[in-house]
Amino acid sequence: MTTAPRAPAGPDDPELVEPGRGGGLADVLRRRYLLRLIVRRELRARYQGSLLGLGWSYVRPAAHFAVFYFVAGVFLGMSKNVQHFPIFMFSGLVLVSFFNETLINTTHSVLGNAPLIRKVYLPRELFPVASLLVSCVHLLPGVAIALGVAIAWGWTPSALAIGSALLGFALVAVLGIGLGLICSALHVFYRDTDKVVDIATLFVTWSVPMIYPWTMVRDTAPGWGLDLYLSNPMAVGVLLFERAFWWPTTDRTFVFPAGLTRDALVLLVLGVLLLGAGQFVFARLQRRFAEEL
Amino acid sequence: MPRALVIDGVSKRFTLRHARSIKNMTVRALRREKLRDRFTALDGVTLTVGVGEAVALVGVNGSGKSTLLKIISGVMPPDEGSVRVRGRVAGLIEVGAGLHPDLTGRENVFLNGAILGMDRDETLSKFDSIVAFADIGQFLDQPVRFYSSGMFMRLAFSIAVHTDPDVFLIDEVLAVGDPLFRRKCIDRLHEYRDSGRTMVIVAHDATLLRQLCTRGVFLEDGRVIWDGDIDTAADMLLQKREERRRASLRRAEASEAGR
Repeated sequence: MTTAPRAPAGPDDPELVEPGRGGGLADVLRRRYLLRLIVRRELRARYQGSLLGLGWSYVRPAAHFAVFYFVAGVFLGMSKNVQHFPIFMFSGLVLVSFFNETLINTTHSVLGNAPLIRKVYLPRELFPVASLLVSCVHLLPGVAIALGVAIAWGWTPSALAIGSALLGFALVAVLGIGLGLICSALHVFYRDTDKVVDIATLFVTWSVPMIYPWTMVRDTAPGWGLDLYLSNPMAVGVLLFERAFWWPTTDRTFVFPAGLTRDALVLLVLGVLLLGAGQFVFARLQRRFAEEL
Repeated sequence: MPRALVIDGVSKRFTLRHARSIKNMTVRALRREKLRDRFTALDGVTLTVGVGEAVALVGVNGSGKSTLLKIISGVMPPDEGSVRVRGRVAGLIEVGAGLHPDLTGRENVFLNGAILGMDRDETLSKFDSIVAFADIGQFLDQPVRFYSSGMFMRLAFSIAVHTDPDVFLIDEVLAVGDPLFRRKCIDRLHEYRDSGRTMVIVAHDATLLRQLCTRGVFLEDGRVIWDGDIDTAADMLLQKREERRRASLRRAEASEAGR
């Protein structure tokens, strides 16, 4: 990219500004009204003409849940090893679904709005951020169900539970939007990106302690393998959600990895750095969006 | 006269990639064919537009008019040089880009208004006027996908003209079908110009441009060939078109004779 010398506009012209100079994510915050309308449009358009409408956001996790519950819980006997296995798995599942949906939808978000991006200047970060917010909307019913079941099993609010849930959510949301910004920009130039993302989501589903407890990894993998496993922010996020929704309903004998909260905070900081990097990459690449689309 | 728009030495080059997949790239590389071509869409364009001017960008197809308009609107950054604009820029660049087929006309007014930079209060205060101008009547609460193409264009145009930008960019949109509405649009643009706002227009209709604009800029191969009164620019356009037509006729005859 050439950076041309920018001649000063002259002392009399402080109001002459360069068009299309995006302020990135800060600009998105400034245009919250537009963001809200775009999120509403996404939600509306996705369920246009479908009978169930937003009900689909319940059906998909329910189907996932049923498959995993019968295969892992019943056939593989995980229900016997883990107390209250359904809520154990479901609390991980809502978070994993949230992450996968965020990543897939943000990846498509720029390309999906190509007609708009080609013709009108908007801060382009709007589209990935809108996708993230749509995923958040879809996360709510899942969390509500998890909470409902947990309460039925004797869950009571505690600082640990609520803090774990918030930390887990923050970690995964930051990771999702950080990666999403990079993937959505790359997808404009390489249409392979969504295939890679698709495969990545498969790994995410199986590389987190969702249908098996993390202790199985501890007991079978070598020490460095466990370290590697626990350095995956998604695994940590799922552990946090389990500590938030599942653990308080059990007899509390299950142990989480030592220093889980500390690790999560470190990963959150790294996640914020990744978000910064994502913003940087996006800002660089978005200059060529209009000609590439 | 204060300046509304300063374009300083703007160049833009596009890269045409012939091969995208690894397989095609290898094949082309083995055949020693070029993987990409570059062409220059704009070459050192310098232009200053004062507040209240109505400028027509004219030129034959591929002369860089639309690229220049996109650079002014901020959709594309220039490779070299700089563009600076005073106030809100809104483009009628292929209107309807922001209309979503699944939303109703009413919802689209708010969404498209927000895309073009209006907040909620502003849209609310202009809502009736937008609907009246678009003249879509009972279809207001129908999804836009059920609109006829005329209605679609009317709604899109109506929203865009109500954004009241300081610099208004208009690209080829006056080809809107229905002559009555076209008249209305042109009247609106006249009003708009008379109120002292700035316009930059790309259109192929020389007569219309003569009426609407005070200044013409003729572009050829990405360079400014003429910058001055609109009549000369419009004449140049007609002349260039005539030349092109003759050339293509000659080519047709030549290939006819060659057979």
